[in-house]
Amino acid sequence: MAQWNPPQRERLRFQIRLTISALAVLCGFGALLARFVYLQVVQHEYYMTRAEDNRIALVPVAPARGLILDRNGVVLARNYSAYTLEINSKKTTDIEDTITRLAKVVRVDSRDRRQFKRLMDETRGAGSVPIRTRLSDEEMARFAANRYQFPGVEIRARLFREYPLQTLASHAIGYIGRISGRDIKHLEESDQLESYRGTDYIGKTGLEASYEHELHGTTGSAQVEIDANGRSIRTLSSTPPVPGSNIELSLDTRLQAVAERAFGNYRGALVAIEPSTGGVLAFVSHPGFDPNLFVEGIDPQHWDALNNSPDRPLTNRALAGTYPPGSTVKPFMALVALQTGKRTPEYAIDDPGYFTLPGVTHRWRDWKVGGHGRVDLQRSIVQSCDTYYYGVGNDVGIDAIHGLLSQFGFGAKTGIDLEGERVGVLPSQNWKREHLHQKWFSGDTISVAIGQGYFTATPIQLALAVATLANNGVMFQPHLARFIQDPRTGERHAVASDPLRSISLDQRWMDLVKQAMVDVMRPGGTAAAAGLNSAYSFAGKTGTAQVIAIKQNERYDAQRINERYRDHALFVAFAPAENPRIALGMLVENGGSGSGTAAPIARIVLDSYLLGKIPESMPELQPTEGVE
Amino acid sequence: MQGDSRMTGVSPNTGWLHWAFDPLDVPLLSIVLLIVMVGLVTLYSATIDTPSRFNAQLINIAVGMLAMWLVARLTPTQLMHWAVPIFAGGLLLLVLVALQGEVVNGARRWLSLGFMRIQPSEIMKLGAPLMLAWFFHQRSQSQALRGGDFVIAGALLLVPTALILRQPDLGTALLVAAAGCYVIFLAGLSWRVLLALVVAGLASTPFVWSLLHDYQRRRLLILLDPTQDPLGAGYHTIQSTIAVGSGGLFGKGWLNGTQTHLEFIPERHTDFIFAVFSEEFGLAGIALLSVLYLALIARAFVIASNAPTLFARLLGGSLVLTLATYALVNMGMVGGVLPVVGVPLPFISYGGTALVALFIAIGALMSIARHRQLVAS
Repeated sequence: MAQWNPPQRERLRFQIRLTISALAVLCGFGALLARFVYLQVVQHEYYMTRAEDNRIALVPVAPARGLILDRNGVVLARNYSAYTLEINSKKTTDIEDTITRLAKVVRVDSRDRRQFKRLMDETRGAGSVPIRTRLSDEEMARFAANRYQFPGVEIRARLFREYPLQTLASHAIGYIGRISGRDIKHLEESDQLESYRGTDYIGKTGLEASYEHELHGTTGSAQVEIDANGRSIRTLSSTPPVPGSNIELSLDTRLQAVAERAFGNYRGALVAIEPSTGGVLAFVSHPGFDPNLFVEGIDPQHWDALNNSPDRPLTNRALAGTYPPGSTVKPFMALVALQTGKRTPEYAIDDPGYFTLPGVTHRWRDWKVGGHGRVDLQRSIVQSCDTYYYGVGNDVGIDAIHGLLSQFGFGAKTGIDLEGERVGVLPSQNWKREHLHQKWFSGDTISVAIGQGYFTATPIQLALAVATLANNGVMFQPHLARFIQDPRTGERHAVASDPLRSISLDQRWMDLVKQAMVDVMRPGGTAAAAGLNSAYSFAGKTGTAQVIAIKQNERYDAQRINERYRDHALFVAFAPAENPRIALGMLVENGGSGSGTAAPIARIVLDSYLLGKIPESMPELQPTEGVE
Repeated sequence: MQGDSRMTGVSPNTGWLHWAFDPLDVPLLSIVLLIVMVGLVTLYSATIDTPSRFNAQLINIAVGMLAMWLVARLTPTQLMHWAVPIFAGGLLLLVLVALQGEVVNGARRWLSLGFMRIQPSEIMKLGAPLMLAWFFHQRSQSQALRGGDFVIAGALLLVPTALILRQPDLGTALLVAAAGCYVIFLAGLSWRVLLALVVAGLASTPFVWSLLHDYQRRRLLILLDPTQDPLGAGYHTIQSTIAVGSGGLFGKGWLNGTQTHLEFIPERHTDFIFAVFSEEFGLAGIALLSVLYLALIARAFVIASNAPTLFARLLGGSLVLTLATYALVNMGMVGGVLPVVGVPLPFISYGGTALVALFIAIGALMSIARHRQLVAS
């Protein structure tokens, strides 16, 4: 063996090396097998889950939004199904080119392009963004025939929101819009983001916003098998969405329409309330707007027109307009005077046409030059005597005024089921200290007593206060929604309507004041013209609020001043006086006088509600089909 | 002479059968055919949406088997005569690629011959071991191999490797280098030098790292942590590992792989076909396929070990080690333990060039097997 020749040695060496190689290969396979045992046995469950996660996508199924109906079932907000053409930017290489080619198949105008661009920016290109909504059947067919040319473009059936009565009650109903970054943050904070997966829209203003939770419903889900490109292959299982609840309002569409029309070209607000429930029968802020414009995002032209209009149609005057309440507060001041014992019904003054304080040269003038002569409490309301209330104010003091009027809801939110309510100012010593850092002067009280000075209120506050008076001091929170209805079962439950508070006032004083308000509408009263020949007993109080200050020795001449500087006309009313079914507070901006412009509008509204009278030249109220 | 004794006593009407099967090594052929069957079953599932690929693969197999048969008919001496022309021709083509190759995906790998495009680096996978085996064989005729021979062999290997590396094509360069290194190792490179080279190699790692292209570095880094880039470079590894792991012991069943059929596995008919196989047939399938590969390798080792000449031994040994390397690297890549390099799974991945090259290697092994006694006697 020692004498191996070189080839034999070489051969042996080769075989040793080959054996070593074979062992190495064997080790390699052994190591790999160990790896596969680890992956397929030890870690099998983990990778099985990963594979299932790959394969199965939980696709949210958006619920249908609830309807908004008036008290008689008239639809104010509804959904309609329409086909949209949507571009998925992740599956489309050249979006510009796609749109250009698409425009040859279906109509794509510049508005659609702008809308698309904006939505792309807002969503940052995630998911599909509509380039066209409401495709016609012909367009559907044309696109279907050419769809192979448009990868990443798809037809989708979607639900759209529609407000069939357009501008009617727009400030009450509000509108929905695409969910914005701010909405997402808000939803995240309230832990609701999960239930908005799959939802594109959210209530932005009005009832659409305040009843968002009820209207939205619960998002369903579908387990869908998807491939690596995200295409769904088949549905494995699904949980259907729960549709949003319908909101049934106390609002009466016919009354609302009558009231809106009664304003004509005037700007203003009117809130009519059912005193025994707090249900809002009409909620007018005039002019309104078409909420349909906002659903898909309003385009710049319409926005500019609405936003820059001197009539400020986007301002909710009923809720957020604060105005000096003027003489409409006199019935409440009378109650303060009676309650504090500073005045008896029989006590009377001789009105020279102005009021002075001892040692003060300033004269607080009555609106009537020369004064009203002998004025007792009843006459002070019927004639709206300022001088009488200057004295009342001076005698009862601001604390007593604040005490009772705050019970009637002045200076606080009424709590109506709408967002954006403002509180106005019911002045008090504290208020002045905190806001103006000044001491209260007794002279301040004198203006407040006739609803001027620091005193401001919203039309809804006026309506609530007069409704509370009509209801003998029992206050119900005003609310637009009456019932929340489950659309599947038809089952409905009432929105809470327990009295908010009961103001402890002597019934005699209230009866006295209410009777005086009835007399306002009768011959000799400030609004006798508006109350003429009414078929029901009608209680009211006029008011006028100055827009510009009148100097001490100047006279107010409506003809001479610019229309925009004319006084605001106010009016509060309820009827029938003995058993009030409706109370209202209203304001006509620059209307001049409460008796001249506001009270006649109130008469139209009351006639409509109580007698079913529709003014001539009122078109038949039928929901119009379709928008645009 | 066994071969001759088989020839006698064969009836004339079966003569053509004998003529057809005589060059073939039946055990080797049987194993290869079994692996090919496994491959076709898997490919059918992987290409269910594009059946034309399955048919094309059938043609590839037919062409490959014809090539195998033709090569198997040659003697090892004839093979040896082809060594220098193939190597020289391959080198020439590599130079042409460097000068005027087509750039695809940022790499210059293809050469257009007008009627077809070829990747000359593929030729070197066979050309380099052929050349080195020829070289050692020639040097050992007069005297035992010396250190200088190994230096020259190393230089011969470096030229094509460097040309391929600069295309750049790290995967193929490594495989060509590996095939050559196997020849050098089997030829008897001294253990001391081997150890020194390994140490030097490890020491130069930072230097090599600096030579790598960004995408090559990224592949290596992502191998360490695929989750760094789950939708990009790490996607292949993550999805194939999920496919393998979710297969479990017995797999999800043929045509039932969700990773496969929902298109989560990229390159599922080529480099990642093993992920399809593992998902649908599980650990049991992997064990079976491993046994088939090991049987193929074992049979090839026996052939190489019994080869009559140094050329035949070195060529046979390096071919079988290269084949084992392909299988191990591909499976390791799918299993997420090796970087993603373009290495097909032998006889299973779709692709004509690789398949024909593999059948040629099997043909060469058969040629060696048939002629072991001729010279030994």
